Amino acid sequence: MEKPLTHHIRDDKRPLDLKEYEKVGGYEALRKVMKGMSPKAVQDLVKESNLRGRGGAGFATGLKWSFVPMDVPGPKYLIANADEMEPGTFKDRILLESTPHQLIEGMILSAYAIQADHSFVFLRWAYKTAAQAITQALREAYEAGYLGKNILGSGYNLEMHLHTGVGRYMCGEETALLNSLEGKRATPRAKPPFPQISGLFGKPTIVNNVETLCNIPHIVNKGSDWFRTLSRTTDTGTKIYGVSGKVKKPGAWELPLGVTMRELIEEYAGGMQDGVKFRGALPGGASTDFLVEEHLDVKMDYTHVAQAGSRLGTGTLIILDDKTCPVGFVQNMEHFFAQESCGFCTPCREGLPWVDKILASLDLGEGREEDLKLLDFHTKYLGPGNTFCALAPGAMEPLQSALKYFRKDFEQHVHDHRCPWKENGHR
Amino acid sequence: MPTIYIDNKPYEVKSGKNLLETCLSLGFDLPYFCWHPALGSVGACRQCAVKVYKDEDDKKGRLIMSCMEPVNDKQRISVADPEASEFRANVIEWLMTNHPHDCAVCDEGGSCHLQDMTVMTGHAYRRFRYDKRTYRNQDLGPFLNHEMNRCIQCYRCVRYYRDYAGGHDLEAFASKNNVYFGRAEDGPLESEFSGNLAEICPTGVFTDKTLKQHYTRKWDLTMAPSVCQHCSLGCNTIAGERYGELRLISNRYNGEVNGYFLCDRGRFGYEFTNSEDRIRQPFIGRKPVDRTAILHEVAQAVKDGKVIGVGSPRASLQSNFALKKLVGEDHFYHGVSDNEHDLAELVIKVLKEGPARTPSLHEVEKADAVFILGEDLINTAPMLGLAVRQSVKQQPMKQVTNAHIPAWHDAAARELMQDSKGPLFIATVNTTKLDDIATQTYRAAPDEVARLGFAVANLLDPTVPPVKNLPKEIQQLAGEIAKALSEAERPVIISGASCESQSVIKAAANIAWALQKKTAQAGIVLTLPECNSLGLAMMGGHRLNSAFDCVLNGHCDTVIIMENDLYRHGKASVVNEFLMKCKKVIVFDHIVHATIEKAHMVMPAGTFAESDGTLVNNEGRAQRFFQVFEATDAVQESWRWILQLAALTGNQKITAWKNFEDLTEAIAKEEKLLAGVERVTPSAAYRVAGQKIPREPHRYSGRTAMLANISVSEPKPPVDPDSPLSYTMEGFRGLPPSSVIPFFWSPGWNSVQSVNKYQDEVGASLRGGDPGLRLIEPHLNGRAPYFTQIPEIFTPMKDHLWTVPLHHIFGSEELSVRGDAIAKRAPGHYVMINVDDAVQLKLAEGQNFEFEIEGQPYRLPVTISTSIPRGVAGLPYGLPGLPFVDLPAWAIFKK
Repeated sequence: MEKPLTHHIRDDKRPLDLKEYEKVGGYEALRKVMKGMSPKAVQDLVKESNLRGRGGAGFATGLKWSFVPMDVPGPKYLIANADEMEPGTFKDRILLESTPHQLIEGMILSAYAIQADHSFVFLRWAYKTAAQAITQALREAYEAGYLGKNILGSGYNLEMHLHTGVGRYMCGEETALLNSLEGKRATPRAKPPFPQISGLFGKPTIVNNVETLCNIPHIVNKGSDWFRTLSRTTDTGTKIYGVSGKVKKPGAWELPLGVTMRELIEEYAGGMQDGVKFRGALPGGASTDFLVEEHLDVKMDYTHVAQAGSRLGTGTLIILDDKTCPVGFVQNMEHFFAQESCGFCTPCREGLPWVDKILASLDLGEGREEDLKLLDFHTKYLGPGNTFCALAPGAMEPLQSALKYFRKDFEQHVHDHRCPWKENGHR
Repeated sequence: MPTIYIDNKPYEVKSGKNLLETCLSLGFDLPYFCWHPALGSVGACRQCAVKVYKDEDDKKGRLIMSCMEPVNDKQRISVADPEASEFRANVIEWLMTNHPHDCAVCDEGGSCHLQDMTVMTGHAYRRFRYDKRTYRNQDLGPFLNHEMNRCIQCYRCVRYYRDYAGGHDLEAFASKNNVYFGRAEDGPLESEFSGNLAEICPTGVFTDKTLKQHYTRKWDLTMAPSVCQHCSLGCNTIAGERYGELRLISNRYNGEVNGYFLCDRGRFGYEFTNSEDRIRQPFIGRKPVDRTAILHEVAQAVKDGKVIGVGSPRASLQSNFALKKLVGEDHFYHGVSDNEHDLAELVIKVLKEGPARTPSLHEVEKADAVFILGEDLINTAPMLGLAVRQSVKQQPMKQVTNAHIPAWHDAAARELMQDSKGPLFIATVNTTKLDDIATQTYRAAPDEVARLGFAVANLLDPTVPPVKNLPKEIQQLAGEIAKALSEAERPVIISGASCESQSVIKAAANIAWALQKKTAQAGIVLTLPECNSLGLAMMGGHRLNSAFDCVLNGHCDTVIIMENDLYRHGKASVVNEFLMKCKKVIVFDHIVHATIEKAHMVMPAGTFAESDGTLVNNEGRAQRFFQVFEATDAVQESWRWILQLAALTGNQKITAWKNFEDLTEAIAKEEKLLAGVERVTPSAAYRVAGQKIPREPHRYSGRTAMLANISVSEPKPPVDPDSPLSYTMEGFRGLPPSSVIPFFWSPGWNSVQSVNKYQDEVGASLRGGDPGLRLIEPHLNGRAPYFTQIPEIFTPMKDHLWTVPLHHIFGSEELSVRGDAIAKRAPGHYVMINVDDAVQLKLAEGQNFEFEIEGQPYRLPVTISTSIPRGVAGLPYGLPGLPFVDLPAWAIFKK
């Protein structure tokens, strides 16, 4: 089983320095491209590889790049979205902390493909270790001539900067990220115009997820056909999956796209902890719909998870067990989303705190019959298109699926005027 | 023209618009908050949702925000769709989770967009049962009240304040459902256009603090269309009264002039009308008398004396004309300094004899290159400054169009434009508040500003004489300016009277004319000192100094001074002597001032609120203001006093004029330049379906009780012989002609946003055309009568400083500063000098500096500036208590 993204990561997780990275084939892809691949050829190669964005939306990377107008004057930008703040998600962190050069190489290649002249790593504020690793790696890359003017004698110039955010979930949304990077409030922008046309400072911009970018050097080195063989399904490549919750060995593993949830939980996470049972899981971070027992054999790729009624998202499972109250579980999520709403559009700004308050009152045993209707109401009207961006619709995914799969639990909170889990000391 | 289907009915609509503005223009009641016709769309509030369908067979459709969706041919949408309606009600329900429901004690109540939209969506019962979030409010200064708990986070305030008006000190803070709109710390909002927040805010977060002193609901106000009296631009206002007191000035939309906005001087300057210094009754000497007594006394003085009349640039055409006719053409003097007199005549000459047209404010907004000479617009003609601020977006807007982003897509357009700005060059004596958007600024003495202007004109048209001895860098700057102007499609040159330099205006005229040869649309805007400066100048009359001479030489002995404080237009020593020499000094005015103190007879004149009149703004646009309420005491319009006087003095001509209309028709007939002025508004006989237009909204409350403490029987409302407006709540309720709209209201639209219903299409002209009548059009096919006298290089003089006036939006204008709010924002006395001069004179900031101008001594604290040129001093213009001197002039300082 090939693990192109992580096989070279040291056991002690210390970041590979430049020499170590070069020893495992680092920057060979860059040499190859700088020697004679046209930007278009890189774009085509990535298109053929069928690489899909690993940030959550799963948009085809090559296709995204192809929207960048190549003949306009003025700067273009490439940005690595390293603002990993989706609850339960820590896959990019591994890459950022342990193999920063892989990201940088991927970024240079991607920047070259769209002929960007500036690039940024937009890093989550709390990723201090990663910030150190990237700072060091950037210095090495500049010194080695992989960044700056006339990279490897190709005539191509690229500057790269590390920007650490201030800790807003919203900045993970690419247009809010752009506003934040410009020094503005981190509110999203309307699309169209898409960032590929009018992005950072109104110039053509590509924002890609860290994991996505890390795949690029390997696709360049080994080709798109190789990349397509990595997965078990039509969605190509590997994926860093993660599992958190009451399992024996929570963690993250690079695996072929299309492993099943059951494999993830039982083989890699060591199964559920003793005394607790699996009830459901959010397959791709907090803003995805619950999958339950009947879905354990669903292949964890974009297509199959969608067919099961959820989204692959970031591919990091959050497990709900039978000793945890699903209402409290969801309230935890909704409280987070309400806190992280940027406050720009009405339904999200006012709707999420309402949902949070309703769930909190259910938890306190103060819920009323009509509260479930109000929750349904929000899941209906905080849908995509009704709100300005995907934050609130994402926030509704765990709620709407919890209301579907665990409705009895919600009702019990109302009828019993208490949370049935609380007495057991669990919550 | 695309056809769209709204609820299955086809409509031909304009392309390039969004669905929201299209629906509103078609008359649909579609609720909205964050969108504003002047600000465009951002899609924040989600209030204007409609359903859109793929095609005829699509029955399900999907919700979209109509403000964010361009009109497309054959598009099918539904406003009435139950899901869309429900969603719109839901948005209100969400907003209401935190809105305090304090309508009963909220100043916005009754004219609140949030109330209107709430009712429109049908949301009524709250399901939210938790605590609301609360905020701490700020003291934002004397103009606006801050009540953040009411905020619905539509972001309009910051978008208006920062993006539109260029302010910096209002921000959106924090996030989630705790977003806060305010300043970093308590303190007056710095923008000169902050008052518009009261109208931009759809609810009661920002409300008019001056209104709060004497609060009245909109529906309880008696309102009339008015015209701002506080600068020469003539912004249209609505003035509202209750209990004989003017309570509120709000915007009266005029698509050509002020659009949706007013400056703070215009909005809050009205307080002088309620001042304790108002003259409420006639006086003979210090003795109050009644109307009859004063009329007889004055008539006798007029009959006995050799009378001259001094008019006023802040009085209406009617009052000035009546005075002129009372004293005789030869005895009528303009009550302005000689310098201002000449400047006004020059302005008329430039506008009339030259080939360049003077654009309206709206047209200035659309200018794609602007060159300002000598004017600190934000302080002299604020709304013109705001228009210039919009003009710099014209050129970058081309990029936006090229990127296929519609102009109304505000956030996207701004994102693409970034900080790019169209050409704006500012050449002034001192810094201006438009410098932040200027391509280049140039600081120099007025003569040097003029020389730069002449050089630009020469580059544009070599038949304009060149400027000798121009330094290289100035030549280069002139080249840049000339290039930018000649590349523009709609260049505008702006200058005016405020730096009191003929040369500057002449240079500006030369540039505009030279440009006009190449670009037909090139325009020139010239500002004037006061609201009717141009109208007065168009009427003809003598210089004030010759009035002084006339009395000092004994040719006359009686003077009637109308709505004028001569101490603001002449040196104190001269005015003192003049008034002393006059046997009889008769003054008409509404507020006590230095001249009144010297008067033998005083007649209480009406302010604009108690008067009908016509003003001519700097564009040559004649505009009518209507009496808001009839004064209950002896106060009446100056012209009405004069008509009454004339009956007693036996002036047959005047006696023939019975009312406002007769007078106005006489002006049109007798004053060549003012021909047509009678057509500015419909006549007093005008009726719609036999009805007058009511000044009071139909909900006007307490009418029968208001005066019950005096008499239980309700008094008969006054009759208005001068206009088609009535003083009651009864009358025609539909859309009146655009020049006689007393207030904006439409069923379901109680707030100022109801103006939508009065426009041809949303954001465009008022139905029937925007009010006002342009009286001056350029001599289009004539040769440009270029000015050839180019001033010499300005050379500082030893022991002298060339003193120029510096204007202040709050403080320089005579009437507005008599109100509390404006007075609070007025600066203290000072004299500004260059830092190098200060070093040489060993003066520190704030230290007193003694000097003399034309024999007038001054002792003023020094303000040190790096911008004002060496050898030049700036003296604040018109501040109360600061003695007048006709500037520019040399200040001689004591050593």
